[in-house]
Order: sequence, then structure tokens, then C-alpha cells
Amino acid sequence: MSRQSASTAFSALLRRDFLLAYRRRAELLQPLVFLLVVTTLFPLGVGPSPQLLANIAPGVIWIAALLATVLSLDSLFRSDYEDGTLEQMILSDQSLSLIALSRIVAHWLVAGLPIVLLSPLLALWMNLPGEGMSILIQSLIIGTPVLSLIGAIGGALTVSLKRGGQLLSLLVFPLYVPLLILATSAVSSAVAGLPYTGQLGLMAAGLIGALTLAPFATAAALKLSLS
Amino acid sequence: MISISSLSFERYFERVFEPVSFELNTGDLLLITGSNGCGKTTLLRLLAGLLDPSEGKINKISHPLYAGHNPAIKDDLSVEENIRFWMRFMGTRKTEIGDALCRKVIDEIGLTPVAMQEGRTLSAGQRKRCSLARLLFCDEKLWLLDEPYSNLDPQGIAMLDDIIRAHLNGGGACIMTTHGSLRPEGFELKECRLISGRERYAENAA
Repeated sequence: MSRQSASTAFSALLRRDFLLAYRRRAELLQPLVFLLVVTTLFPLGVGPSPQLLANIAPGVIWIAALLATVLSLDSLFRSDYEDGTLEQMILSDQSLSLIALSRIVAHWLVAGLPIVLLSPLLALWMNLPGEGMSILIQSLIIGTPVLSLIGAIGGALTVSLKRGGQLLSLLVFPLYVPLLILATSAVSSAVAGLPYTGQLGLMAAGLIGALTLAPFATAAALKLSLS
Repeated sequence: MISISSLSFERYFERVFEPVSFELNTGDLLLITGSNGCGKTTLLRLLAGLLDPSEGKINKISHPLYAGHNPAIKDDLSVEENIRFWMRFMGTRKTEIGDALCRKVIDEIGLTPVAMQEGRTLSAGQRKRCSLARLLFCDEKLWLLDEPYSNLDPQGIAMLDDIIRAHLNGGGACIMTTHGSLRPEGFELKECRLISGRERYAENAA
């Protein structure tokens, strides 16, 4: 049989995902609205002291970003699983890791990238000093793909469960913790005028590790969920 | 094309169906019959490679196409977008490419009037037709069709029979399941009756 080239299949899948994301705009907006609401509520809850807000800003923005990502993870493979698309993809002779990677890339572009783009606004709201803002953006650029990559493994493992949401968060949160610690510490260090390249370097190493391993782990998890 | 010997599958330490053996050559149509729950879908999923058999062997020389109960149609995409995605994703050896082939396929399965409608608006029969569209551009030689006639109207059934006939004449083979009420007409076919583990147990006990 004629094997469709991997790149054509990859781009076909990406195209479909963008089209689906556009048709389901409301679903897409929900995590971002959540992110905005959480960051807006914090000053009201802890008091509007500029110094206090500046101190907690990295943590608040990162935790909100993390929770917003987890909100969108459950849908990563669910609809494809439920309507039989996933079954057909596994049966096609395309590499399942490549299919997983394509879904992860699409997820980051529609769920992770908007968080990065919104972050300057959030930093402004939280009165984060200028030195911290660029590091916050950098940490999100490195960190949000890792959230999508690790989350995809959890999403694939829980896709066959009816209410996989709770289990999914239980699975991925422990793996997100190092990222959260490194990112907030990098931003706080930058604000305090301390070196922060170490933390960013470790995060980048995490990104490379996740990028090379997560697609394979996701593919294995998907196979497991379907049999 | 495919041969299986004493194949069976266990679920919760119980045989889903009694071991089956058959061989299928080019141009053959095999009909798998049996009552509800006797394991017809399980057998097809085993043949497709979605499940691993508990006993027995499957020898297949080519990669099969499996059309199951799940239509693999996206509710938020139109009929045309759905079909075009699968065409791009799976690839095809057909000479026409892209839009022309897509339009031809939609015309052949009789969905031209609803080509621009979203998947969610389709009726069960239209959904079935849409998922069977893959048969028209795939290159696989062996087809595994799970209850392909369900929800189809008489014209749809005749259309599907024509598609299968063309496939068999073109050097393909096909295995389909049916619970009995609808059968392919005008074919020379082999038949394999599946007996579930429970039925055999009841027979022995009697």
C-alpha cells in the first residue's frame, strides 16, 4: 500500500486540529478566562499592597497557568477516542508517536502560547517589576511546552476512563512541581538581582528531555488505553 | 490474504468465542454470523490488530482496513472536511488528487447534498455512508467491515454491495460481520458462524 509520507500526515492532523480549535472557540477560551479570573481575584483576596503583589506575582501567574493547562488536558485525546478517530489512527501505518507529537504541538499552540502572550498583561496587573517580566515570559516560553508534553502522557493514560479528570491531575501535578519551583525561583531571583540562568537552564533541559521522551510515552499510553 | 488458526480470545478468564480457523484468498468474501454478544466485533478487532489473541495465530500479508461501529467522524467538521482529512492522513494511490477526488467520493456515496453540513447534523445512515467513504480511496487489500449494512437504506445497501463487488474483482478480500437480518446478496461467499463461549457451555450442560 502507499504509505502517506509522515510529514503530510503530520500537517494534515495539525490542520484538522486548528480547524477544530476554531470551531470550538468557546472550549478553548475557557482556560484563558480561568487564568484571567484567578489573577484578577488575587489582589482582591490578599489586599492591593503593591509590594505584596509583586512578591507573590511569579507564583500566582505560574500556578494559574498550570491549572489552566490542566483544565484543557482532558480534551486532548478524549474526543478522538470517543468517536473512533484514535482507533483508526492507531491502525493506520503512521507512527503513533508522530501522531501524539502533532496533537501536543497543536495543544501548545492553542492552549500554551496564548498564556505566554497574555503573561505581560498579567505581570502588569500583579505589579511585577520590569526585570521580572521578561524572565517570566521566558520561563513560560520554556515551561508551557513541558506542561503540554507531560500532560499528554496523563491524558493518554486516562482517556479510556469515564471521569479521568481527577486521576489526570493526580498523575501530572507531581511532575509539574519541579517546573513550578524552578520557574518561580528564576523570576524571583531576577527581581532580586540574583543570577537566574541556572533555573532557566534546568527548565530547558527538562523541555528537551520531555520533547524527546513524551511522544513515545504518550504513544505507548494510547495503545494501552485502547486494548 | 489472511489465515487464522484456532483463534480465540479470553476476557475475564472466559472465552468470548469458541476457537475459529479460516483462510481467505484474493476475491473472497467471508461472512461472520452469530447472535448478539457472540464476539463478532471482538474477532474483527483481533484481526485488525487492536487486540492480541489469547490463543491461536493470525497470518496476514497485508495491512487491513477496519471499519467499526465508531464512525471516526468529527461533529464539528463538515462531511467534506472529514473526508478530506482522512484522505490526506491515510494517503491514496488513486490518480486524481485533492478536491476532485474528494468531490467524486462524496458523490459516489451519495452525500453531495449535505457535503457542507457539519458532522453533528447527519442522520445515522448518512454517518454510516460518510464513514464508509474511506473504502473508496483506501489502498488496503483486506477490508474488515463490522455490520456495514446497519442504518443504511436499500439504495445504500446496493451501493455498498457494488463497492464490495468492485473491490473483490480488483483483487481484494473482505470479511464482514452481520447478526443475520441483512446479508450481502449476489455474492459467492464463505460463512463462519461464531459460537460464544457461554453458548457452548450451555450446550454441553444440556
